[in-house]
Amino acid sequence: MSLAALTVHEAAKLLAGGEISSVELTTAALERIEQLDARVKAYVTLTPELALEQARAADAARAGGEGAGQPLLGVPVALKDVLVTEGVRTTCSSRILESYVPVYDGTAVARLRSRGAVFLGKTNCDEFAMGSSTENSGFFPTHNPWDLDTVPGGSSGGSAAAVAADECIYSLGTDTGGSIRQPAALCGVTGIKPTYGRISRFGLVAFASSLDQIGPFTKDAEDAALVLNALCGRDVMDSTSVGRPVPDFAAALTGDLAGVRVGVPSEYFAAGLEPGVEAAVREALKVLERAGAVVDECSLPSTDYALDTYYIIAPAEASANLARFDGVRYGFSKEASDVWGEYNATREAGFGAEVKRRIILGTYVLSAGYYDAYYLKAQKVRTLIKQEFDAAFERFDVLVAPTSPSVAFRIGEKTNDPLAMYLSDVLTIPVNMAGLPGMSIPCGLSDGLPVGLQIIGRAFDEETVLRVGHCYQQQTDFHRQRPAL
Amino acid sequence: MALTRAEMDHLALLARIGLTDEEKDRMASQLGDILQHMERLNQLSTEHIPPTAQVIEATNVLREDEVRSGLTREQVLSNAPRAEDPFIRVLPILE
Repeated sequence: MSLAALTVHEAAKLLAGGEISSVELTTAALERIEQLDARVKAYVTLTPELALEQARAADAARAGGEGAGQPLLGVPVALKDVLVTEGVRTTCSSRILESYVPVYDGTAVARLRSRGAVFLGKTNCDEFAMGSSTENSGFFPTHNPWDLDTVPGGSSGGSAAAVAADECIYSLGTDTGGSIRQPAALCGVTGIKPTYGRISRFGLVAFASSLDQIGPFTKDAEDAALVLNALCGRDVMDSTSVGRPVPDFAAALTGDLAGVRVGVPSEYFAAGLEPGVEAAVREALKVLERAGAVVDECSLPSTDYALDTYYIIAPAEASANLARFDGVRYGFSKEASDVWGEYNATREAGFGAEVKRRIILGTYVLSAGYYDAYYLKAQKVRTLIKQEFDAAFERFDVLVAPTSPSVAFRIGEKTNDPLAMYLSDVLTIPVNMAGLPGMSIPCGLSDGLPVGLQIIGRAFDEETVLRVGHCYQQQTDFHRQRPAL
Repeated sequence: MALTRAEMDHLALLARIGLTDEEKDRMASQLGDILQHMERLNQLSTEHIPPTAQVIEATNVLREDEVRSGLTREQVLSNAPRAEDPFIRVLPILE
């Protein structure tokens, strides 16, 4: 078995005990990438020299007595290519940023760097994180390691596939409508989107600013806790990052669920849910019950409207955020005879079909005469969705449901039907609308492909979400299953 | 119902995105389907519901107005397609 198959906590222990070096661990991950990534296509940019330099520095730091309480020191990570990295090309998987080399690190990246992380490279995603399959990448699709003819989900498909294929120890992604949880489900890995405001968005190329959150993909819930410990906290560079105290998330992993009240929202089991997905999730609920949880049904009646709400609000915010790509200050630029012609030509050639579609849709719902009917209406429905979650959390500590209505679908299956593609996020979007923490963990296979269990918590209660996920993983070994590559 | 060509022309102008005729036709029909799906929101009564623009409680986050070091001019210009230090060359916006 490759060292790259280790979890963060396993690797940290071996590194601390001097049994392996960071250079050995990093070399193993780079070899794994070399062997597999021609088929998986998880990475857009590889940084092997940087990785080995950081690994040597981590080994030197450890030799100098550092390392206690630093589980990420010398551990290799893959970063979604919407996170800006100083000196390393950051493309958002878009032609318009194909040659953009940031001159600073985003806060999440800087926090990992200062804790001695090893950066393997940047992972593929749907262009500007808009999509559910990673097929909207301006460069190439990523393949699901469980079946290379299927999608890894999206938009953080490269980050999810890299963890599933052991092409890294952990990775970072972003989640605006499900872009961490849905690919985590489809690739059989653990992925958590923390509460909106937990992690600074500074240096995350903005898609929909009221929804975007950074979070980790890991091989288990314990690793998710360790990575969140490094990432969370107030940052003066992001006024929407929240100054609440950040707990030690690892301390929340008690291994038991005594008294934890689990709500099961019936709307998440509606028509369209694959029978194999439902069976695996129902089985998982029994595991939670046996571990001491009290499980009961509940209702979130506006669930069915969240998708429409999202596809108004997110494109509206995107149409404003992506106005900055004008070919003047950075990125691709196409010349024309006048300034408006240059903007038109640059954006025509630089953006792919889905990004154009969302900018136009967002422009439509914000335009004079339609604003109240679409954008304001959606914001009001967003309030309803949030109120229903608030009410449910008076009765329950977490809500548990499927992450995705289906297992991984075939590459090309939904590319000509945007609405069908949008529907694959129907079970993850409500969580973003309410800003809540949500995690997906593997809970079995259906037709040989992974099924994800979604655990939703109260705002700023990642601890209970992680506790439930960790306890489930103490009782089962679905998170240890790996694709045969 | 698909958007009209005139609507598509207007949206492309507002968004400053060049679109081919073929792209406009395809997108007009796709957006029609998406907007039709959104009509479902009218089934919900929201007359007395306040809008939510963002979910955190913070408003008007302020900080001291202090001088801090920022990026150098070289750094700022390093990604500009047509940088001519210390400027970025652009086409005229006024006749």
